[in-house]
Amino acid sequence: MTPIIEAHGLSKRLGRVRALDDLELVALPGRITALLGPNGAGKTTFVSAVATLLRPDSGELRVAGFDTATEPRRVRQVIGLAGQHASVEPAMTGRENLELVARLFGLDQRASRTAAAEVLERLGLTDTGDRLVRTYSGGMRRRLDLGASLVGRPRLLLLDEPTTGLDPRSRMELWDAIHRLVADGTDVLLTTQYLEEADHLARDVVIIDHGRVIETGTPDQLKDRAGRNVIEVRPRAAGDLVAVEQALAAVATETPRSDIDSQRASAAIDGGAEQLAHVVRLLDERRVTIDDIGLRRPTLDEVFLALTGQSLAPSGPDTEPAADAA
Amino acid sequence: MSTITTPIPTVAAPYVRSRSGASFTVAARATARRTILQFFRTPQVLLLATIQSAFVLFLFRYIFGGAIDTIGPVPYVDFLVPGYLATTFLWNGMSSAAGIAEDSSSGVHDRLRSLPIPRTAVMVGRSLADMALTSWGLLATTLLGFAVGFRTHASPGAVVAAFALILAAGYALTWVFITLGLVARNAQAAQSMAFLLVMPLTFVSSAYVPSHSLPGWMQPVADHQPITPLVNAVRSLMLGGTDAAGLGHTTTYWVAVSLGWWAAITAVFAGLAVSRFARTR
Repeated sequence: MTPIIEAHGLSKRLGRVRALDDLELVALPGRITALLGPNGAGKTTFVSAVATLLRPDSGELRVAGFDTATEPRRVRQVIGLAGQHASVEPAMTGRENLELVARLFGLDQRASRTAAAEVLERLGLTDTGDRLVRTYSGGMRRRLDLGASLVGRPRLLLLDEPTTGLDPRSRMELWDAIHRLVADGTDVLLTTQYLEEADHLARDVVIIDHGRVIETGTPDQLKDRAGRNVIEVRPRAAGDLVAVEQALAAVATETPRSDIDSQRASAAIDGGAEQLAHVVRLLDERRVTIDDIGLRRPTLDEVFLALTGQSLAPSGPDTEPAADAA
Repeated sequence: MSTITTPIPTVAAPYVRSRSGASFTVAARATARRTILQFFRTPQVLLLATIQSAFVLFLFRYIFGGAIDTIGPVPYVDFLVPGYLATTFLWNGMSSAAGIAEDSSSGVHDRLRSLPIPRTAVMVGRSLADMALTSWGLLATTLLGFAVGFRTHASPGAVVAAFALILAAGYALTWVFITLGLVARNAQAAQSMAFLLVMPLTFVSSAYVPSHSLPGWMQPVADHQPITPLVNAVRSLMLGGTDAAGLGHTTTYWVAVSLGWWAAITAVFAGLAVSRFARTR
């Protein structure tokens, strides 16, 4: 099976920054691959290189078997790009926007019309297809933009932070649309700083930071590999959080963390059930009443933390990612 | 959360269907159409541009006009309108530069560059669309010119030649504004850069006042920049000769000098714009 994307020793310097630093990546067809990393990790640079917008300084990059350096036109015939901004024209209707891109993909007038109608239908935009895009909501624009990258039926869809800045409902709608695409046989490379998004959408997750791949695998594999299960405890009284932390410290591999808002303390551990039992005994000895205790798998955020020693979303997983991701 | 494993369909034929990419002509026409729709479907811009250029005309025709001495028997309105017609596209060009910068920063250019089309076609399409808009603006300003009392006594052939020359200059300037738009970081910067270019070009020229009425040090500047020969050529064509226009040299001389300028400007800036847009950094 030819990989849809194959990058070897890819490097690109942008000004003083090594945006890509000897990056190795293989993405297989028939699945969604997510590129997960913080701002400035090199995600957009990589997507730009795949989309033939950017020429790597060194290394090899193949898309569907075509070399981006020597066969850029073949690569462009295979990909569809939806960048960070919804780059549809506000002064045209949704349908006109799609027909324009379809024409540019080389479809004749009639085929463009059919393709545009099809895409509007698939994205649930048929009713609004003949309205000017300037009357669309942000979520609708994003969906139309996704549509514009689809209308040429690409084999590989490149989505650069597709849901940045969207409200939760629009995000869910877009996720649904992306799921349906893969079921149709389109391969997808998406970048995100949303762990939830990678977890939800992707079959393969590639964690990158400072232009290098840090870890690759399915979300489950990554969680296994980062190894540690997490014990999470919610005491009845917030005042007991400190006592809980002390109990957790007895088994934890690192300093336990507390979250005051959700009134939970958690700690990564090396083992499993026996540590949990041990913590329960300790808490019992200290007469701490608990509402909830459990052993859970790490979140991708914790995986990222374990791998890089740095949190993916500094202010908590629920914060909107910054719009100016690099 | 569960991951989604989908059966891998073999790379099916329908997905490769006719993705060869548009030809140069189709790509240029499709991108030109977008620019033109953009313009005509934003009536505020359309209206404001017209009002703005009418404002400049009224300002000179009625406010400053009385204080400006032209030469000999030519009434100021007949002196002014050819210069005005020859320079209005400069003012319209500012919004073109801003539009290009907007396309560049909003990801439109990234999408276009990721498509299997000749990248040059995108720029050519843009320049042709801007050209169409320039012609449209010229029509509007011509009507305005006649409305404020301009009359020509030149032969129809000379008038047609004058318009052709204005359009040729308009096309050359289109490439300058496209280049500015591509270089600028955002629409506002592009607009400001264009303004800094347009202001001295139009005012330090013979467009609104005879260049010999400018301060001594400014005259050589005015005489050796591309707008002055254009204005002089258009003026002498529309007024029926250089004598009537109060200019040295012959009409042919001014036309030839202008054509030289615009050919050179087109060559340089079309090259710059296209290579800037088409290159893969």
